[in-house]
Amino acid sequence: MSVSERDKYSGHMTTGHEWNGIKELNTPVPKILIACLSAAFLFAIGYWVLMPAWPLGDTFTKGTLGFDQRKHLAQQMIESDNNQTRWTDPIEQLDFDAIRDNPQLMAIVRESGPALFEDNCAMCHGNNGDGGKYFPKLNDTSWLWGADPNAILETLAVGINSAHPDTRIALMPAFGSSGVLSAETIDSLVLYIQSISTTETSSTTETTTTAENINAGQAAYSMYCAGCHAQDGSGNIEVGAPNLTDDYWIYGGDSVALTATLTDGRSGHMPAWESRLSLSERKILTFYVLSLNGVGDNP
Amino acid sequence: MIFTLHNKIERNSIVLALGIIAVSAIGGLVEIAPLFTIDDTVEHAPDMRVYTPLELAGRNIYIREGCYACHSQMIRTLKDEVDRYGPYSRAVESQYDHPMLWGSKRTGPDLARIGEKYSDLWHTRHLVNPRDVVPQSIMPAYSWLLENELNTTDLRGNLKAMSRVGVPYEDSMINLANRDAVAQATPSSDDVAGLIARYGPATSVRVFDGDSQRVTEMDAVVAYLQILGRLTEIAHSEQSVQTDTNDNTIKAEGS
Repeated sequence: MSVSERDKYSGHMTTGHEWNGIKELNTPVPKILIACLSAAFLFAIGYWVLMPAWPLGDTFTKGTLGFDQRKHLAQQMIESDNNQTRWTDPIEQLDFDAIRDNPQLMAIVRESGPALFEDNCAMCHGNNGDGGKYFPKLNDTSWLWGADPNAILETLAVGINSAHPDTRIALMPAFGSSGVLSAETIDSLVLYIQSISTTETSSTTETTTTAENINAGQAAYSMYCAGCHAQDGSGNIEVGAPNLTDDYWIYGGDSVALTATLTDGRSGHMPAWESRLSLSERKILTFYVLSLNGVGDNP
Repeated sequence: MIFTLHNKIERNSIVLALGIIAVSAIGGLVEIAPLFTIDDTVEHAPDMRVYTPLELAGRNIYIREGCYACHSQMIRTLKDEVDRYGPYSRAVESQYDHPMLWGSKRTGPDLARIGEKYSDLWHTRHLVNPRDVVPQSIMPAYSWLLENELNTTDLRGNLKAMSRVGVPYEDSMINLANRDAVAQATPSSDDVAGLIARYGPATSVRVFDGDSQRVTEMDAVVAYLQILGRLTEIAHSEQSVQTDTNDNTIKAEGS
């Protein structure tokens, strides 16, 4: 049987084990560690009593404080809603002109707009509303559905070609693949459309053939395109038909892109935001996107 | 004191073994015991839909590509998360997820409510090269999803496996899994009517990847991303916030 003894150098006891004269120290656990451990145990016991803790079949110990994370969150949401009603209510009730005339509300609009845009819109339309291929540019002066704030507000609520029951519907038919127009007619239409646009087209050299083609394209344009894009190509905000006479193209203005558009059609998709964003948020975003072009007439 | 007791236990192997079993059983019990009452503790969502074969295929690719390593699918009951992502996640929303993909880390944003937030085209372009649409993104590109034709041959077995762990797939769903997967991404297909009949009118039938000629892995992944958070409306109903705040559900999520 081994015998513990006090080590004369460290002052601690040994375990009593000995191997060829080598003895093992039995240094006690530091007191501070014991203290911390005990404090943690006491805290845990206190927590079990106060807070929801142990599972018991199909229920659990509720704790004496009656804390419930979901109720706590619901309370927080109600409080923050109440704090915000002082400006969300007027923004929801007033029309755009009245909001614009109210400097306090406009200060809120300017403050919240960029964050809302970045969280929800910038993914497609770019951080500054630059847009990109397939996603319309918002920081210019041309608007598919009009520059009226109420039109933009409507687009935000219902989307375009979205799942919303009242969605805006914009469809460029597939004239080529449906067999309505031949490849030749589409070629001449491309030339005509490029001729009315202000986009510089480098490759086209002015030859008689081109001029004839453009005339043929113009005839086809009047028959098939003018219904939506207007006779002069200025578009129609009633059906979201883009203006073809400017130099901005959602799907590209080169011959390849235009041929693809005419052949296979296009139908862009803007999600509906009615269920994700409140009316006041959508109004703030309307102000924000209208201000992106820097023209200064923040409506 | 306590160390003297421990000294005694250490010297008796049977007592020590029983002690170890008792202590580790506490951990096991806390994790396992709630599963026995899961039917009573998870809220019920009568409108809950099952994943279609195409969405399930997308989910498999989501797992294969390790999306869960950077994206969570779990909105916690914290105000800033609810403000940013939408209503917090309910246990029942993961009812048919085997395994669940709640994740534990967010390098990218939470995806629990991403369904129908952005367009199919956006998802496709974003997966091909995230920088094309979000210049500051650090997400890797997954351009092969658009190149790879979707392998539908194992979907039948996949649905069968899911039905064995409790997902209510009917025999017709299992038998026609391959055709249903193709039909969902091919609106012109004759099989669409059958797909809708089996999975309900809310099923999205679209050309998800923009290429109507082929059914690619991109079709599957986008179909899956667009259904996230949309299998049931339970989280969106105000009613459930008020009345379903029954204490049981919290524990079930914690298990």
